[in-house]
Amino acid sequence: MTNAVRKLLAKPWIWSYGGAFLVWLAAIFFTRGYGAGGMITAALSLAVFTVVVGIAQMFVVTLGPGNVDLSLPANIGLASAVAMTVMSGDDDLVAIGILAALACGLAIGTINYLLIWALRIPPIIATLSASFIIQSIDISYGRGLQIKPPPGFADFTNIQIVGLPLLAILTALFTIGASIVLHRTVYGRSVLAIGQNMSAARLAGIKVGLARFATYALSGALGGLDGALLAGYFRGANVDIGNEYLLASIAVVVIGGTSVAGGKANVPGIWGASLFLVLLLTMLNTFGVSPGVRLLLTGLIIVGVITAAGGEKALD
Amino acid sequence: MTVVTTGAMQLKPRAMGRLPRLLRTLLPGLSLALVLAAIAALNPRAISYFGFTLMLNLAVPIALATIAQMFVITGNDLDLSIGAFVGFVGCVTATYLRDAPLFGIILLFGCLAIYAAVGALIHLRNLPSIVVTLGMSFVWQGLSILLLPKPGGRAPDWLLAIMGHKPPLIPFPVLAALIVAAIAHFGLMRTSYGAILRGSGGNAIAISRAGWSLLKAKMALFALAGLFGVLSGLALIGITTSADANIGNGYTLLSIAGVILGGGEFVGGRISPIGAVIGALTLALAASPLLTFMHIPPDWQVAANGAILIVVLAARVLISRAGTER
Repeated sequence: MTNAVRKLLAKPWIWSYGGAFLVWLAAIFFTRGYGAGGMITAALSLAVFTVVVGIAQMFVVTLGPGNVDLSLPANIGLASAVAMTVMSGDDDLVAIGILAALACGLAIGTINYLLIWALRIPPIIATLSASFIIQSIDISYGRGLQIKPPPGFADFTNIQIVGLPLLAILTALFTIGASIVLHRTVYGRSVLAIGQNMSAARLAGIKVGLARFATYALSGALGGLDGALLAGYFRGANVDIGNEYLLASIAVVVIGGTSVAGGKANVPGIWGASLFLVLLLTMLNTFGVSPGVRLLLTGLIIVGVITAAGGEKALD
Repeated sequence: MTVVTTGAMQLKPRAMGRLPRLLRTLLPGLSLALVLAAIAALNPRAISYFGFTLMLNLAVPIALATIAQMFVITGNDLDLSIGAFVGFVGCVTATYLRDAPLFGIILLFGCLAIYAAVGALIHLRNLPSIVVTLGMSFVWQGLSILLLPKPGGRAPDWLLAIMGHKPPLIPFPVLAALIVAAIAHFGLMRTSYGAILRGSGGNAIAISRAGWSLLKAKMALFALAGLFGVLSGLALIGITTSADANIGNGYTLLSIAGVILGGGEFVGGRISPIGAVIGALTLALAASPLLTFMHIPPDWQVAANGAILIVVLAARVLISRAGTER
């Protein structure tokens, strides 16, 4: 028994779930137990969007130091506008709209990698330059766009099965899939190997360029999907809809126990960390603090948690 | 030792011809000249004392924020909070610095201490600077909103006087940019501790073996970033005369772009203070005046920054390739 507990505590992701649980306890303590279940349902619905981009960012970060996708917020914004335009409020066009958002994200991911590859620049700069351009396209194309999502799609993002949001269940399945891809496929193993030592991976015959390309494309596509889902959930596209997901995506990767130095990913931690972040905001909202205090505390808690979780010491 | 002794703009000496190296060094200046030439061709009247004062007005705070970012990049880190920080300094400037100057000054010095502490935290716990500074950006933003929930406040009169200064012959923004570039260049490229600071990014182990404290170097780099962030906020409020909690938000990305445009690199302590200032001026000119003269709607301002970044980086790759093929 104690052995099992010790084994569980040794898992890096357990802490993020513990944090989420503590924050939830604090919130329901404040409301004297009122709305405890509703809070979890709401947190699950909102965490889904962070989990999807978190998984995207996790694959990118696992590629090694300097790999990060800064274009996700702009990508989400543009994809949300594309999805809403293609769907144009028609239930029959939902699938095509989601495909369009995926394609839009995929194109952005491809451009990101093309910039990294052709200009031989760090991914941070490549995705940053790309996001400048995407942001402008979105502002020019998506501003004032007031297309509501098709009613069927909007309802779909809100369906609950015995208190569990359908979207959260689907995302949980997706997370399991991502875990299998990461640990059981040639592609996933390649990503981990590249993150541990790119030269060694190349000498071992891994197609490094292809795996990196696939990762940035995957990240882009997931960003696009997230944009479509967000537009459905929040009843419309918005240029700023993805803004908060830059911090969120990177923070859940780090809090969830994925190594920023690359080569070590943690899929379950993404869920724990996302729930932690969402419940943290819920808790601050139930406390009724002003937006300024909320931002301040969010920042301090994130810095505090990352300090406590600690970066591992560099091996060399 | 190469990193410490050679200039920031130089590539590794191997296989790099003299001409490509020269071209690479001149690239930031060339891009600025190109943008200026385009502006001159579109609107010759803009190339005047008054035109420059107007066009480059906002370039001064951008250049200062870029230098701030450059210090952090020197140590192989990235500061994603500089924009929010400039905004916070702006809010302090437009409120406390005017109404209770002493408290305002203490507050701004406190900011420098926080910056140094963030540097220490990143070094001691070996944390990714992106995440820590992203978290800090929320802290600064929250503090700004608490200080100034609605846009307002007013710049102190002395600050307005400084920023409205009209020196003879050389437009004020140009003069200010020259001074900033000269000070940063001297401090980082010409002093011995500047070499240590660059070395802490170039070869941390060597610097530490030589007996220098990497912790102190990191704290110094972050404190310097804080100092220039404060100057940037002051300059910004001196121009806009009042503040807003979101006033500095665009500066994070602009400052990173400016450093890279100016020939800086992300790793290895390779940076160029003069290049960074030139990069900031290029971005400030290309984003707004050039687009206006070309009758392109302001929606595409951000894209112009991205496009310039990509074009200049592509040019750099072509030059480097020409150099290695020789």
